[in-house]
Amino acid sequence: MNIQEPVLKNDEKIVFRLRALYRSLGYTQYKMSKFEEYDLYAGNKDFLVSDNVITFTDTNGRLMALKPDVTLSIIKNSQDGPGVQKVFYSENVYRVSGSSRSYREIMQTGLECMGNIDDYAITEVLMLAVKSLERISPDFVLDISHLDIVAAAIDALGVNETLRAALLVAVGEKNLHGIDELMTKAGLSAQLAEPLRRLVTLQGAPDRVLPALHGLVSDEKALQAVERLERIIQALTAWGCGDKVRIDFSVINDMNYYNGIVFKGFVNGVPAGVLSGGQYDRLMRKMGKRADAIGFAVYLDLLERLCEETPLFDVDTVLLYDETTELQALTKAVETLSATGESVTAQRVVPPKMRYRRLVRLTKGEVEILEEHA
Amino acid sequence: MKSMLNVALPKGRLGEKVYAMFEAAGFACPSIKENSRKLIFENEEVGVRYFWVKPSDVAIYVERGAADIGVAGKDILLEYEPDVYELFDLGIGICRMAVAAKNDFRDDPQRTLRVATKFSNIARSFYASKGRDIDIIHLNGSIEIAPILGLSDVIVDIVETGTTLKENDLSVQETIVPISARLIANKASYKFKSEPIEAILQSLAAMAKEQK
Repeated sequence: MNIQEPVLKNDEKIVFRLRALYRSLGYTQYKMSKFEEYDLYAGNKDFLVSDNVITFTDTNGRLMALKPDVTLSIIKNSQDGPGVQKVFYSENVYRVSGSSRSYREIMQTGLECMGNIDDYAITEVLMLAVKSLERISPDFVLDISHLDIVAAAIDALGVNETLRAALLVAVGEKNLHGIDELMTKAGLSAQLAEPLRRLVTLQGAPDRVLPALHGLVSDEKALQAVERLERIIQALTAWGCGDKVRIDFSVINDMNYYNGIVFKGFVNGVPAGVLSGGQYDRLMRKMGKRADAIGFAVYLDLLERLCEETPLFDVDTVLLYDETTELQALTKAVETLSATGESVTAQRVVPPKMRYRRLVRLTKGEVEILEEHA
Repeated sequence: MKSMLNVALPKGRLGEKVYAMFEAAGFACPSIKENSRKLIFENEEVGVRYFWVKPSDVAIYVERGAADIGVAGKDILLEYEPDVYELFDLGIGICRMAVAAKNDFRDDPQRTLRVATKFSNIARSFYASKGRDIDIIHLNGSIEIAPILGLSDVIVDIVETGTTLKENDLSVQETIVPISARLIANKASYKFKSEPIEAILQSLAAMAKEQK
């Protein structure tokens, strides 16, 4: 079937473009049912964007859930083995969204890459993230962070779990005064957290940030992370995807699940991040898988409002007829009018509030124009 | 066309103080001082647009991107937990979130504590961190009256000078967290309008340093 792009809504267009993109690099589509056993989510609640799940009891008495997330299902059904599994999905998920605090159906597209995740696999996923954003809007940025670097800066402080979590939140908010406050409250010198503060302020183009990182990082694991970032950014740039990538350590995903490289994509005109992802080896371990993994999701519900103009008219032509109109003349007129590619609705009276380009009447087999708007 | 930086200011005395700081930072908008019923004020030359909103709504305007930056009290940020960057502590609008009760109040840990408050989220997490079982009574104003009428045992509210408490024979039992006004930014705006936001941030920080 030949679908013309103008017929599609903005988010639908983007879905088609993204699918073509993922397919071109050998990702296969993963199709799944709308339900999953609730147990899967109960054990991994923190991984979900919101921990509210719509549940119901199946006919056999088992507690089921309407999918709030796709990644967990894909991991559950993945097989450990040689090679890298590359899949993408485009599914509706059901979860509490935004400040409305009520359930919504959200269209989500994304991809997962599971197996031996090497520098190439990471580069490829990041490249696809950049190209995905590019297909949404030309004005975008992709923020990349490496959790090992942030973790090393916090571990160096030797603080307890509660304070560690609070510090992470502050890093995510770019909240420098908050870091100081937390340190002082814990009876530690705010000066101690200076490397962490520097890390938060260090943001922007990789060619500026990465060299500065070397002076800031001493931990061996963190140094390896910096080197990996450097290799990957270099490869991304060579792939022509480097100029919209920025380093920003305020990208924090839950460290119980994520590790290594994490990233978040923004497009101008949408108030929240539209793309989010990272390496999630820890989640794989939790679910008993040996393979490593990286992936991301694109939140299409946010794109609905993106720069789409509201159409001026509901329909091109309203064709009026009455009881004296001959049926065959009417069908003929509808056929002719719609054959031009324009939309036409046959009505006895104009429906209230309908906006139309032109109003015509069929009298004695002739189409007579009554009104015409530019 | 230059893109405008949208700034949500909290209505009232605090907002006026904040505007004065922004003005001193080089983001003036003279029309804002004319006494009018207008809601939005623009200065195209410096590329800034201000609007007054209810203080508790600032975070919503910023989180949803209707405003790129705004100034909100830490109390609002703790209560609603908006997904925004908290960039700077302006050091004004200083007060504290506190637990208050009647002067002769004695806590009986064997009973569920009845807490009247506007800030349910803050009160809940404060008592959860102590493992105390509480019954939240959400009120929208005149919280001080609740313990007097026996509606609640304690209240969780903002305390500035403590005069209202004193006049009603109430006193602060415990401070939960100090509060002041914070500069917040929408996460996406911060990426695409980083220049003016950074400029404001830098001059506010410089001004704060001078005062110290």
